[in-house]
Amino acid sequence: MRIPVSWLAEYAALPADLSTEALDAALVESGLEVEEVDDLRGRVTGPLVVGRVASIEELTEFKKPIRHCQVEVGEAEPRSIICGARNFNEGDLVVVALPGAELPGGFKIGSRKTYGRLSDGMICSARELGVSDDHEGIIVLDEGIVGEDARAIVGLDDVVFELAITPDMGYCFSVRGIAREVAHRLGVAFTDPAAKAAEPKATEHPPYPVRVETDGCTRFTLREVRDVDANAEAPEWMAKRLVQAGMRPLGLAVDVTNYLMLELGHPLHAFDRDALEDVLVVRRANPGETLKTLDDVERKLDPEDMVICDATGPLSLAGVMGGLTSEVVPGTRNVLIEAAHWDPTSIARTSRRHRLTSEASKRYERGADAAISLLAAQRAADLLVEYGGGTLVEEVVDLDRRAPIAPIELPVDLPSRLVGVDYDRATVVSMLEASGCTVEGGDVLTVTPASWRPDITDPADLVEEVVRLHGYAHVPSATPRAIAGTGLTSAQRRRRRVAQALADNGFTETYTFPFVSRERADELGLDEKDPQREAVAVLNPLDDAAPLLRATVLASLVNAVRINLARGAKDLAVFEEGLVFQPAEGWTDLEVVHLPVSKRPEDESIAAAIRRLPVQPRHVAAVLCGQAVPAGVDSPGRAVDWADAVEAAEVVAEAAGVELQVAQGEAAPWHPGRCAELRVDGAVVGHAGELHPEVCDRLGLPRRTAAMELDLTALPLPDLAPAPVISHFPATLIDVAVVVAEAVPAGQVEAALREGAGELLDSVRLFDVYRDAKLGEGRKSLAFKLELRAADRTLTNEEGVAVRDAAVAVAAERFGAGLRE
Amino acid sequence: MSTENEAGLLQPEALARAVKDAAAAIESAANLDELSAAKSATLGDKSPVSLARRAIGSIPGPERGEAGRNVNAARSEITAVYEAREEILKAAEAARILREETVDVTARTPRRREGARHPINVQMDRIADLFVAMGYQIGEGPEVELEWFNFDALNIHPDHPARTMMDTFHIADGKGGYGSNMVLRTHTSTVQIHTMLTQEPPIYAVSPGRVYRTDEVDATHSPVFHQTEGLVVDEGITMADLKGTLDHFAKSVFGEDAITRLRPSYFPFTEPSAEIDVWFTAHKDGARWIEWGGCGMVNPRVLRACGIDPDVYSGFAFGVGVERALMLRHGITDLRDIIDGDVRFPAGLRVEE
Repeated sequence: MRIPVSWLAEYAALPADLSTEALDAALVESGLEVEEVDDLRGRVTGPLVVGRVASIEELTEFKKPIRHCQVEVGEAEPRSIICGARNFNEGDLVVVALPGAELPGGFKIGSRKTYGRLSDGMICSARELGVSDDHEGIIVLDEGIVGEDARAIVGLDDVVFELAITPDMGYCFSVRGIAREVAHRLGVAFTDPAAKAAEPKATEHPPYPVRVETDGCTRFTLREVRDVDANAEAPEWMAKRLVQAGMRPLGLAVDVTNYLMLELGHPLHAFDRDALEDVLVVRRANPGETLKTLDDVERKLDPEDMVICDATGPLSLAGVMGGLTSEVVPGTRNVLIEAAHWDPTSIARTSRRHRLTSEASKRYERGADAAISLLAAQRAADLLVEYGGGTLVEEVVDLDRRAPIAPIELPVDLPSRLVGVDYDRATVVSMLEASGCTVEGGDVLTVTPASWRPDITDPADLVEEVVRLHGYAHVPSATPRAIAGTGLTSAQRRRRRVAQALADNGFTETYTFPFVSRERADELGLDEKDPQREAVAVLNPLDDAAPLLRATVLASLVNAVRINLARGAKDLAVFEEGLVFQPAEGWTDLEVVHLPVSKRPEDESIAAAIRRLPVQPRHVAAVLCGQAVPAGVDSPGRAVDWADAVEAAEVVAEAAGVELQVAQGEAAPWHPGRCAELRVDGAVVGHAGELHPEVCDRLGLPRRTAAMELDLTALPLPDLAPAPVISHFPATLIDVAVVVAEAVPAGQVEAALREGAGELLDSVRLFDVYRDAKLGEGRKSLAFKLELRAADRTLTNEEGVAVRDAAVAVAAERFGAGLRE
Repeated sequence: MSTENEAGLLQPEALARAVKDAAAAIESAANLDELSAAKSATLGDKSPVSLARRAIGSIPGPERGEAGRNVNAARSEITAVYEAREEILKAAEAARILREETVDVTARTPRRREGARHPINVQMDRIADLFVAMGYQIGEGPEVELEWFNFDALNIHPDHPARTMMDTFHIADGKGGYGSNMVLRTHTSTVQIHTMLTQEPPIYAVSPGRVYRTDEVDATHSPVFHQTEGLVVDEGITMADLKGTLDHFAKSVFGEDAITRLRPSYFPFTEPSAEIDVWFTAHKDGARWIEWGGCGMVNPRVLRACGIDPDVYSGFAFGVGVERALMLRHGITDLRDIIDGDVRFPAGLRVEE
């Protein structure tokens, strides 16, 4: 909402010395957010005066017709000025920028030779002055004194505030509402512009027959003006204000309705009476009906849309936009002014349904003041008569179905209790009255909100009015006493430890948007039947190419890897933890459960409703490529490989306090021979290894890129851990090499040794894998270091050998392993 | 025979000469090898003092006592000189080895990969810690939400203007149309509802988390961003408590001299509602008020939808942006630096933890 200060000052008695900053603060403290302060006074600098065109010489020798004018500007001699516009005559008053003036955009006016003549100034259009977008010709003034400053006449002597209006302050889509707020804040007088006209009484006969057939129309009023010049130019003061508020003057009838809408906040509509056929009917649209609205769009109406019709069908989409057939047109002589009030919800729905927001719908949706409908129509008719001639028809329609405004009970101490400021009774009452409420009662007030405040329905709304109008600045600063908290949960602490451990181990945390393309599943080489393909989809994605929500973190994390590679990075180790989205099983067959808001829904209803939500576990994933250890002065470096990914998973497991079991796995997008399946307590919780070479190629990642992904949610939270037994006796070290078939995984051999060695085994570590023809075809030797230790004694050699033999025996039994001599 | 000659070694002058010669030989040893040779020449079997000792047997009994003492004294003297020299040479040798082992400590290449946490997450952890210190718990909720949690329960009914003000990502239903009744949460206020449905007051909770709106990426917008939501529901909670809590929070994020200012505003789920401005002195363009977020007293309608009696309990709620605070604190001018995944950003911005 753009509001010029001069217009505001007409209804709020602003102090003469009020600075722009002070007004700005008053608006903000009232809850009106100032988006921009447009100081028009600074738009044109230097001499800008009223001139009279004394003579016009038409120059025809150029590509376009040019006028060489002599313009009187209050000096001894007229000035010679070249002008390309043609919409003026000798004797017309115009606006002249003299040399030394500077127009918006840094356009400096000087004396110069052009088209072979001297141009000693410029005759200006509205756009050149930054007054409006109008550039159809130069400004021709109705009146003015030659040589005087022209700023006031074109509206450049004002400051315009652009305000953002919150949904609960719909009444501030008007000078009336804003003036009321500002007057209260500054403690100055407010004059209600609605009081400018007296409300007439409905007459027995209408000026035009009307029938209201829908309860969505709470009030419908009509006034008529006959023999009026509906397209006369609006008076300069009105045109100036419309332009300042950001509208274009279009002709008297339309300008008057727009002007009053801005001033009163009540939309109005002007019909060409002679274009109407038979009785006006206000009703809901019939199925299949269409209407071509003023924006030249043919709209299919919905049976919930409210329309104003005549015998030919819908004329306008009520409360939203008029139609083309019944508008005021050139030649309109008889005008019907309609001022109606509509059900806000219906208007909101119609507006949304047709994706059509108008100045009228914006106001009706938030609730216009139904008490002033007829007053608004009356003022429109008065202005039409005053500036367009014609006569006011005596008959008045006022179909009034307003329900009385429901009073609200407010304990007088509720504002104090909720705000923490000690408001006495008088303060509470006076603030409520300042808000427009009628207040009665004692300890419990009976408060009837103003007709322009349909947003006030609850005691809490009244509390806000009290604290707002008294001033938010008076709310003191206190802190509630700290309560006995329990700190972070185990899962929250674990999440932090995991992220910190990865960071401490050389991984950089990043996060990616969870939106992925449909093709990503193919790029990742997912099987046709892979459940990840059944992804959750966004209906209105920003990027149509990425409409799905990721089912794994890797699916989107690779995007960050690609960005870094594209920016020249070679060696990368990144990780991300976040939610992934998997559709709930059979969710499309489950019925939508509608939960109430007037009371707490039943637990079963909540559970049933939530059952349709996607499963959203928290995953952590890491990707590595390039060098794991960069080449340096003392090392040739080491390239990333599958084991780095497994180790990343182990970093996570260690931080999470769980033990990972690693086994040979096979899952997309990993290399089928270099993928570790990761389990905790037997349940698969993720995979790690080298990415499939084709996946690397499709995603533009270097070959041998390694990755891991773990389901953090699936990791059990560790129980209270028992303390380890610390032996104070020396260890016995024994190496053992066993020969097994190539296919036997080292991890399983190690597990067998561990099992066979029993309690005396402190640690086991694979240190060599050896293949040789002497071992036999398809066999390998695995060498392990066993560290044995007892808690209560130094082990003898014999004991050590016995443990080794027991370990090998289990490996031999399981895998036919033989001890290598 | 040489007996007489050997006996001559026992003469005090001879012993004194032997000591003098020995000292000269030992002192002239330049290293431990030469010292070793000097030792065998001056204290070894063939050294004058050793020969002198042997000669003691050849002299008359009564003289032996004194002769023995003289020889021992000479030997001790030489040994002392030797030990002193040995100590010096050993120290020199140790110093030489250390000198030879000297490296250029600047000729080093890192063997360790550098890692870092993302500043946004660090910032959210910091906020969580501040509130945990005040007894709050950290709330959590899903990112794909039922519309009821995102809108209805927060007093944003289907026709509410606020519902269109929020640019919501809707989840497609089974046929790819509207009707799933699910959205990507547009604010962390959803967690208020989860918290109130599952807990009895007193409730003190903050919920940092990721939220989604259909904003195209530019220098100040992103469709994916982070908020921190706060919720307190208890007996006797006032707007002054809200103001004080925000003041405390603002000091932790924006510095000790930060203060907050509440401006009347509108949110369906709070009444009264306010915008939060913060006085931020370290702004790169000078101290100023900056917009931080929204807040207010929990609307009794919201309490009722969650089964909490508004006649017994009152509460406050607030929501602030995490990215905006990070940008202001660290002079980040382009939000894209935070969100585009470039590892140089987390590596280069160590947010104090």
